[in-house]
Amino acid sequence: MSHHDAAHAGGPHEVHGDHRPSIYDPRRWLFSTNHKDIGTMYLVFAIVAGLIGGAMSGLIRWELKEPGITFLPHLVHVPHAILQQVQSGIMNAEQLWAWKVDAAKHFYDTLVTYHGLIMIFFMVMPAMIGGFGNWFVPLMIGAPDMAFPRMNNISFWLLPVSFTLAMISFLVPGAGDHPGFGGGWTLYAPLSTNWGGGAHPSAYHDGPAMDFLILSLHIAGASSILGAINFITTIFNMRAPGMTMHRMPLFVWSMLVTVWLLVLSLPVLAGALTMLLTDRNFHTNFFNPAGGGDPVMYQHLFWFFGHPEVYILILPGFGMVSQIVSTFSRKPVFGYLGMAYAMVSIGLIGFVVWAHHMYTVGMGLDLEAYFIAATMVIAVPTGIKIFSWIATMWGGSIDFKVPMLWAIGFIFLFTVGGVTGVVLANSGVDTSFHDTYYVVAHFHYVLSLGAVFAIFGGFFYWIPKMSGYRYNGFLAGLQFWIMFIGVNIVFFPQHFLGAQGMPRRHVDYNDAYQYWNNISTIGYVITAVGVLVFLVTLAEMFLVKRKAGANPWGEGANTLEWSLSSPPPFHQFNELPVIKPEAGH
Amino acid sequence: MKRGALFTAAAGAAAIFGAGSAWAAEGAPTPGGVHFQEPATAVMRDIVSFHDNWLMPIIVGVSVFVLALLLWIIVRFNRRANPTPRKFTHNLLIEVIWTIAPVIILVVIASQSFPLIIKQETIPTSEYTLKVTGNSWFWAYEYQDLGVSITSSILPDDEVVARNAGNPEVPARRLLSTTEPLVVPVGANVHVLVTSNDVIHAWAVPSFGVKEDAIMGRVNETWFNVETAGVYYGQCSELCGKDHAFMPIEVRAVSRAEFAQWVVAQGGTMPGAPAAGAGEAPEAAAVGPTR
Repeated sequence: MSHHDAAHAGGPHEVHGDHRPSIYDPRRWLFSTNHKDIGTMYLVFAIVAGLIGGAMSGLIRWELKEPGITFLPHLVHVPHAILQQVQSGIMNAEQLWAWKVDAAKHFYDTLVTYHGLIMIFFMVMPAMIGGFGNWFVPLMIGAPDMAFPRMNNISFWLLPVSFTLAMISFLVPGAGDHPGFGGGWTLYAPLSTNWGGGAHPSAYHDGPAMDFLILSLHIAGASSILGAINFITTIFNMRAPGMTMHRMPLFVWSMLVTVWLLVLSLPVLAGALTMLLTDRNFHTNFFNPAGGGDPVMYQHLFWFFGHPEVYILILPGFGMVSQIVSTFSRKPVFGYLGMAYAMVSIGLIGFVVWAHHMYTVGMGLDLEAYFIAATMVIAVPTGIKIFSWIATMWGGSIDFKVPMLWAIGFIFLFTVGGVTGVVLANSGVDTSFHDTYYVVAHFHYVLSLGAVFAIFGGFFYWIPKMSGYRYNGFLAGLQFWIMFIGVNIVFFPQHFLGAQGMPRRHVDYNDAYQYWNNISTIGYVITAVGVLVFLVTLAEMFLVKRKAGANPWGEGANTLEWSLSSPPPFHQFNELPVIKPEAGH
Repeated sequence: MKRGALFTAAAGAAAIFGAGSAWAAEGAPTPGGVHFQEPATAVMRDIVSFHDNWLMPIIVGVSVFVLALLLWIIVRFNRRANPTPRKFTHNLLIEVIWTIAPVIILVVIASQSFPLIIKQETIPTSEYTLKVTGNSWFWAYEYQDLGVSITSSILPDDEVVARNAGNPEVPARRLLSTTEPLVVPVGANVHVLVTSNDVIHAWAVPSFGVKEDAIMGRVNETWFNVETAGVYYGQCSELCGKDHAFMPIEVRAVSRAEFAQWVVAQGGTMPGAPAAGAGEAPEAAAVGPTR
């Protein structure tokens, strides 16, 4: 990027002594303590992980295109021992195919598992918290960098380590001879244990895959906790003079709530994983009823982490959508305090609703009644957010630039995912929908069409700031429309499949479910074309190099990052900006 | 199956599976279906009615309302139609309204939701107690009081084809039919105990409105009362490993007389009846209320 700096030299926002090293210097990245460089690494990591996780969902959808196990058997790994049997004639072609079909069943389960884990831990979280959070929290509060720059470095670099362990786990033996862990991202005991024995030892996970996965998630958790501590310290202590808590942009508020959820919930996951580890390796019985333990305890511990986790995935998106909607409506956010405290209350209530993931576990009337009531309460602050975004746009002068398309798409599709969440909150109806495709449709509407839409919105909102270049509006708009149509075709029919009773995580289905499964797979192909257009948009932007200028969005973009050059100087705010009261909300 | 029961078994099977028009109802997915499977119990009818009459109008209404507001904004407040943005940021009245209105809607939903779970979770006085045990990867069923126990595995694809070649009364369904269907009496409260021998499974029959996790070391309970004779399918609904998709549930609801025949055919004893075949009548011959 040195030639780029030269082109910018003498620009109005250029800071003297901007010691930006070459992008080809590996030390710049390995030893980076710069929040913007670390943010960039997080974003690149998230894109790579997203492509891998997305490819896995492609394999899932291709297998589910028609009944029967027809596609995945072609992809399974055939061990040497089986090949020898084929060569020596002990096993004929038909038997080999039967072996492959059997292996494909477990392979399918592993794809479902790793797709979920990758999208959650290695795509959405790194993009939102590590990527946009690192880049824009310091810029928006007027701080020169994060509070602990070297801890920021280790937060990021633990993640590729964790991802590598997860990929090793995908490939080493999991259940019997079958590679990888196939018990779903929730890692429910006893399926995730190696107690085995009995008629079907491969019904458990006796191989090292699960141990690698535990290690991987421990490290990902450590990475997130370190990052969260960094954000909390930065936001509490490094705000520029005059930047009071109630003047912080809503994206910073969303990050503050998110990282608190991380700090409070991840240790519980770590505890559950450690108990799983000792149950597997040191003969403890935390989750084994034969030794006085309880498998349901694992579910309580997991979801005590898992439910705040789903808010961790969506809250930064709330923040980004608020910034985008305000910018392109050229109007301040409506009901700023209500918006901020709606996120705080979503975070708080998010800690007391976990067992709505477990309605069929046999919890009894009183607990079900409590969790129904507590869960539905979340609809109130969520409604405040939806209506406040609409009120922000109301009376505005709206520019439908690409980030705004994603934000409006987010608001509507998150509403659709939200109302099916209210349906599922009612345990009486959840009896029918639990563990069916209705649930798959619901959480993909809030995550795949919610969180991911917010990520794309944030990406196109800030990419001119981050790279210094403008994207091609036609290509980016094309991607939005292709993906908007594609993901809806993927996930809307899954409500129907769920109502009809199709259970999730089934590799094969009765022929009656073929119609909507086929349409869902067609939707995947459309979505995949959208992802290709995204990659083309990225490549085109970096090849054509249209200069973005400090503020490409005009008067509506009034947070601090737009007062800096694009890209911002390597070190910004050597002199702290002073925020005056009227610049607030 | 006990000694001497072979003939009875054959006769019983003929009576049940060859019976005339008993198979009016079928609880199975329909091709391209978008709605629930046909309800076969009062609980499932309540679920469908709660969903269709209360939840659907509310969630469709909310979604359409939000969509309409967004479309209006797009038409009315785009840059061309409204070049000068207004600057308001607060309106106490509207904020109070959009906080209170959802609360009222949720209270309405809860008023319908709680009676439903009370009905589901309160197990009525039951005539029969059925114990369901999940195994990797098949179901075991026991009427302990009647001395009947069977195991039920998936009907392999080639047998599905073979069975359907004979144009049977009840066509076999791929991934749903079993080697040995569970038989239950129509019009009787059945108290279901659910547990597992290994990993967690879930016993689910969509048209009964029943789904209960099968967990090692725990006995969960639920209940059903099937209203019409028929065959009802379900599938394991908690990921349990490689063959999770291949441990279906097939329930045949039959008249009380046919049920009694089936029990005897399986070597069991109906309460009050003299011991059939060999073996003693179980101690708990009087299968009274379980609660």
